[in-house]
Amino acid sequence: MKIRILRNDGSKQWWQEYSEEPHKGATVLDVLLNIRETQDHTLAFRHSCQMGSCGSCGMVINGKPSLACQTRITELKSETIRIEPLYSYPVIKDLVVDLNDFVNKHRSVKPYIIRKNPQELEEAPMEFRVTSRENMNFIQYDYCIMCGLCVAACPTVALDPQFTGPQALAQAYRYIADPRDEGFQERQPELDTSHGVWRCHFAGSCSFVCPKGVDPAKAIQLLKREILKRKFVRGPRAGAPASVLVQPEKPISNPPKAPPLDFKMGVNQNE
Amino acid sequence: MEQLDYDVIIVGSGLAGLRTAIEVLRKDGGKLGIRVALISKLYLMRSHSVSAEGGTSAVLYPEEGDSFELYAWDTIKGSDFLADQDVVWKFVHLATQETRLIERWGVPWNRRDDGRIEQRWFGGLSFPRATYAQDKTGFFEMRALYDTLLKYDAWDRFDEHFVTSLVLDGNKFVGFNTIDLKTGNMRFFRGKAGVIATGGNGQMYRITSTASSSTGDGYGIAYNAGIPLKDMEFVQFHPTGLVPKGLLITEAARGEGAYLKNADGERFMKKYAPSKMELAPRDIVSRSIMTEIREGRGVKDEATGIQHVWLDMTHLGKEKIEQKLPFIREMGFKYVGIDIVNEPMPVRPTTHYEMGGIHTDIDGKVQSLNGPIKGLWAAGEAACVSVQGSNRLGSNGTNECLVYGYIVGNDIYNYISNDKPLLPEVPAGKLEHEQERIFSGILGRESGGEDVYQIKDELKDTMEKYVHVYRTAEELETAVKMVRGLKERYKNIRLTDRGSTFNYNLQHALELGFLLDQAELTSLGALMRTESRGAHARLDYPNRDDEHWLKHTLAVKGTEGPNLSYLPVRITMWKPVARVY
Repeated sequence: MKIRILRNDGSKQWWQEYSEEPHKGATVLDVLLNIRETQDHTLAFRHSCQMGSCGSCGMVINGKPSLACQTRITELKSETIRIEPLYSYPVIKDLVVDLNDFVNKHRSVKPYIIRKNPQELEEAPMEFRVTSRENMNFIQYDYCIMCGLCVAACPTVALDPQFTGPQALAQAYRYIADPRDEGFQERQPELDTSHGVWRCHFAGSCSFVCPKGVDPAKAIQLLKREILKRKFVRGPRAGAPASVLVQPEKPISNPPKAPPLDFKMGVNQNE
Repeated sequence: MEQLDYDVIIVGSGLAGLRTAIEVLRKDGGKLGIRVALISKLYLMRSHSVSAEGGTSAVLYPEEGDSFELYAWDTIKGSDFLADQDVVWKFVHLATQETRLIERWGVPWNRRDDGRIEQRWFGGLSFPRATYAQDKTGFFEMRALYDTLLKYDAWDRFDEHFVTSLVLDGNKFVGFNTIDLKTGNMRFFRGKAGVIATGGNGQMYRITSTASSSTGDGYGIAYNAGIPLKDMEFVQFHPTGLVPKGLLITEAARGEGAYLKNADGERFMKKYAPSKMELAPRDIVSRSIMTEIREGRGVKDEATGIQHVWLDMTHLGKEKIEQKLPFIREMGFKYVGIDIVNEPMPVRPTTHYEMGGIHTDIDGKVQSLNGPIKGLWAAGEAACVSVQGSNRLGSNGTNECLVYGYIVGNDIYNYISNDKPLLPEVPAGKLEHEQERIFSGILGRESGGEDVYQIKDELKDTMEKYVHVYRTAEELETAVKMVRGLKERYKNIRLTDRGSTFNYNLQHALELGFLLDQAELTSLGALMRTESRGAHARLDYPNRDDEHWLKHTLAVKGTEGPNLSYLPVRITMWKPVARVY
């Protein structure tokens, strides 16, 4: 079959075609690796874990932003495969794009647990009390592997480079929805702006391409709701922030035991 | 060459590297104005720690019956008594603090109904103490650490910088030479303290659960600088790699009750570990699977001809699978086109973890044969402290990264605060020599015709065939000979890509150089060790031999290949006993 790759050497771009006979079950990444190892050592693309966890191998495959390691050739059902670098990012070489703006936007939403008393985060005699149900409020958004596909698919990003973008906004919501977090007000100035959450017009393409089911479009709508609620609805918020767990459970009888020590602790018997 | 000065330079951005960086920064809090450089050959957040799945062991609720002694015993017995017992004792205590600390930084541990942290069974444990976040534990830990690091300002990231060598001045750390992959220029990082946290080297093998980035770079730069690598013959084969590539299917599947079955549908583990069954330690389960295959009870994969057994989760039910093993289900769909709710998965042992590593003391300080290297630490899989001995228990990898990230970060802060070290002088000619080696010696070489990928391919086949779960003198001798042949050919490699921007051809050539050295000393260490212990199983020496081999192997680079010497194991709690499960 034919693999057409949009190559770029930093000054010009061109389509280059390769022929490959992939084995049954091969992924696009397998094919690219084989091209690089046997046909063209100069072809540049990122990859690492090969199992959809590290987010390195994002690229546009047959018009759709995808992870190469998770796209099987058979499911593409086409004789020619077209591969391009991710849209909306500056290209450095071939399929390698510049992610600086992407990681800076992620950082801009303060993506970490914020407590009114920061000491609570640094001293850990016990954990915060969080229920499985409260976990469910944010865990889906914590699946984000920072592959950047959502940004490549977003029509708003393409028109407004200042837009915070689906990845960063979804991460803002991940922390705001976490019962351990108290950082809404610190994050609000970055989010509650015309280039922030209000810029999203819910095209939904981010969620369509997300390989981990994060659903950034939904996160952004929930974020809008949360902002409006906190601005306009009076009264206590649903769910006070998580508190630190203190009470130990009752001891059990007959716990398993290690064998008795053979030596007085700290004496090396093998020197 | 451009030179950048930092107080602390950390190479590697996985769990160990990130945890070290955070510890230095939070301990300092601006007091000393310490500045940290974090260097990765990948982008931050792409490190292979994200692929850790099953769990992170810690004693969380001792009132419910777990204890530090029990955890230490499990780890030491699991290590087949090669772990240093004083190290294990320190490690099991700190795991508790770390597991709770990263909870506060955002890790969504699975919870019980009352809001406490849920824990589960893992291989070789006497108590369910594997703390977990679904089956993406390492990933969530990475998210929490990466995001938490973004709170701090006193650090700079150097993504996609490949470290080519470690520069020492006698027994003192000076810095790291790197190639900035984006520009192709070399940059030298000079620092008061250096940390190697570059993970393992599973890419020596064909079937491996490791990322393509696991190429032993940290081992390589340390070895080339004359630092000993310890216990490199102990390579962990994870029992359940997904056929054909060997992608990781977490031990948590068995922790949640999955069965291993042979071609006859028999739960064969009853023959090998009647009390622990599928939850025996990894070395034992991997040997059991390979025995089944060798004795003709394996299943042949139609597409590839690879022999495997079945991992059967069909009796667990959809609900449990969705809550506790969602990623494994996703992998079933995406890579083999099956739903694990209804069908078993084809699995076989896959190279997973290097128990050995850079020789350090109990605080992660790097040691040479004649004393410590001042200002240099190692942490995580890159280091061999040794917590893991000859076989790491599942759920003891991520917490080693966290615990040693903490210990090393803390130790570095104390070093800078108490010893007030100055930036070291760079020994004359070192940087020019490195530039010459890379640009003229490798990139610009016009003679020779050997291909990087061809040699790497042959290396993988050699290791897969001759240095696997079961080993014999004959096979290991063959491996040493073949690897040495490949090393000779490596001297004649010629690169096709002569460009400067993202020249992966050059990066792969440098990685291959590291892997070849490590393949040599892994095979040689295994050949010399005439016993079976943990992950090192010799068919010609089937028993453990404490009289002669209760000791660590140290390999130092010599002119004619590695020079091996040995170091006694620190036995401070329990005498070695027969290891029965």
